[in-house]
Amino acid sequence: MRKTTENELDELIPDLFRTEYSKLIAILCRQYSVASIELIEDAVSETFLAASESWGLKGVPKNPKGWLYMVAKNRIIQRFKREGLFQSYVSTLESESTTSSDQVEWDDAYIEDSQLRMMFAVCHPKLSDEAQIALALRILCGFGIDEIAKAFLSNKETINKRLHRSKSKLKELTQLIELPEPSQLDARIGNVLRTIYLLFNEGYHSASDQHSLRKDLCLEALRLAVLLAHNDLTRSPDVDALIALMCFHASRFDARTNEEEEWVVYEKQNRSQWDQDLIFQGEYYLNRSARGNEISKYHLEAAIAYWHTRPDSPEKWPAILMQYNQLLQINYSEVLALNRTYALYRAEGREKALLEAKKLNLQQNCHYHLLMAELLGSTHSSKAIKHYKTALSFTNSQSLKKLILQKIKDVSN
Amino acid sequence: MKEFMMIFRHVPDPANQPSPEDLQEMVKHWQNWIGGIAAQDKFVATNSLGYEGKLLKPDGTVTDGPYAEIKEVVGGYIVVKAADLNEAMSMATDCPNLQMGGTVEVRDIMEIPNAENYGE
Repeated sequence: MRKTTENELDELIPDLFRTEYSKLIAILCRQYSVASIELIEDAVSETFLAASESWGLKGVPKNPKGWLYMVAKNRIIQRFKREGLFQSYVSTLESESTTSSDQVEWDDAYIEDSQLRMMFAVCHPKLSDEAQIALALRILCGFGIDEIAKAFLSNKETINKRLHRSKSKLKELTQLIELPEPSQLDARIGNVLRTIYLLFNEGYHSASDQHSLRKDLCLEALRLAVLLAHNDLTRSPDVDALIALMCFHASRFDARTNEEEEWVVYEKQNRSQWDQDLIFQGEYYLNRSARGNEISKYHLEAAIAYWHTRPDSPEKWPAILMQYNQLLQINYSEVLALNRTYALYRAEGREKALLEAKKLNLQQNCHYHLLMAELLGSTHSSKAIKHYKTALSFTNSQSLKKLILQKIKDVSN
Repeated sequence: MKEFMMIFRHVPDPANQPSPEDLQEMVKHWQNWIGGIAAQDKFVATNSLGYEGKLLKPDGTVTDGPYAEIKEVVGGYIVVKAADLNEAMSMATDCPNLQMGGTVEVRDIMEIPNAENYGE
């Protein structure tokens, strides 16, 4: 053991917490059943507390991760003993798994496999979206209750209650965490991807002003998808397409807000702030996704997101329009319908887009009026202003209001 | 909302061989037309038919290809949602098949009650 300065320790433990918390929970739930998940979470949290005390006094152990695992495991066994559960429950599990020495348990493949199993347990189609996201943030990504509350613009009590309910339901559904049967794997992966994308969007579109926290959320969603993409059982073109899509979106994360934390619209973003590494990664996964016979909505969305990383060209908007046409045939949503009409405007001009916009029947949607105003533009400025004003009455977002007021000014001049 | 099927027919013209660019342009027109319907949340399903086929007759004879005895061939269909036949007809007016000299037949799809409703 070597002595560590307090500063080093201050960084080491949060870093380890971020990377190891979810792994420890996954491994220990795999070994001791999801039924004890609260006990396991407590034990792991206590272990990190113990580490900050003990490592400060005695120095950091040679193998910090191994230390955390052993201490957490011992704590769990102690708790089981104290609660009289040990003989009846753990001992049977232990004797069954005597072959798995600690060496084997620390194998990277074993850790990864445990995390994947946990992912499938949490992204269970019988859990509500809300429950899946809360559990994913806590159990798969290791976010603190405080952080989750901030991301949802909620408070700790609400999040704690939500997590408690979600865990009860999870325990009803799963005892031992396992990968789904091969016959069910495809369908279940679909749900896992859906949850990962929800998680990503939670970070990308959250109204929370916690910029770095929201970025962490997006990167965690990416990390989970990459885990799937690099496992032989779970890799698929859809997974690759989802990763590409998230990379392209995330590449604009820093360019989307200015120093005052205000939104910067796409056209006005500073392109040099786009993360070229993420764009490059996105292109890699987009190429990888081009196999098999199926085009998923992730493929189509990734293709659109790819074009948005490119400068304007004659091919750009017709290509984007084509992807939206196909996306809408798979799945209608108001956002897609509006985006498609904007792409039509860019590809085929104002008049055509106006004709189609009027057929959308979305008068109750704030963004419909923004689109109409944009299409009417300076040529029909009084009509445009009318739509901007209707849009104003539909939103409570201060940053959006500010943006609309600016647009009214621009059109009036 | 009811469902309607539009059936696209045309008379094949062997003399008219579209270039790859023409084909691409046609695909674009079709996709934009269908995309416009889907953007109104009124799209249900579509398929285009290929050029392979045989015709079966009650007496057991089989003839080759859809062209053999029928002058007009069905090129494809789309199923849409619309309030009534009039609305479905107005959706059909922009159909690219008309611009290519073909016809569009608009028909309502018969609603078949669920099997479980019969028991009651």
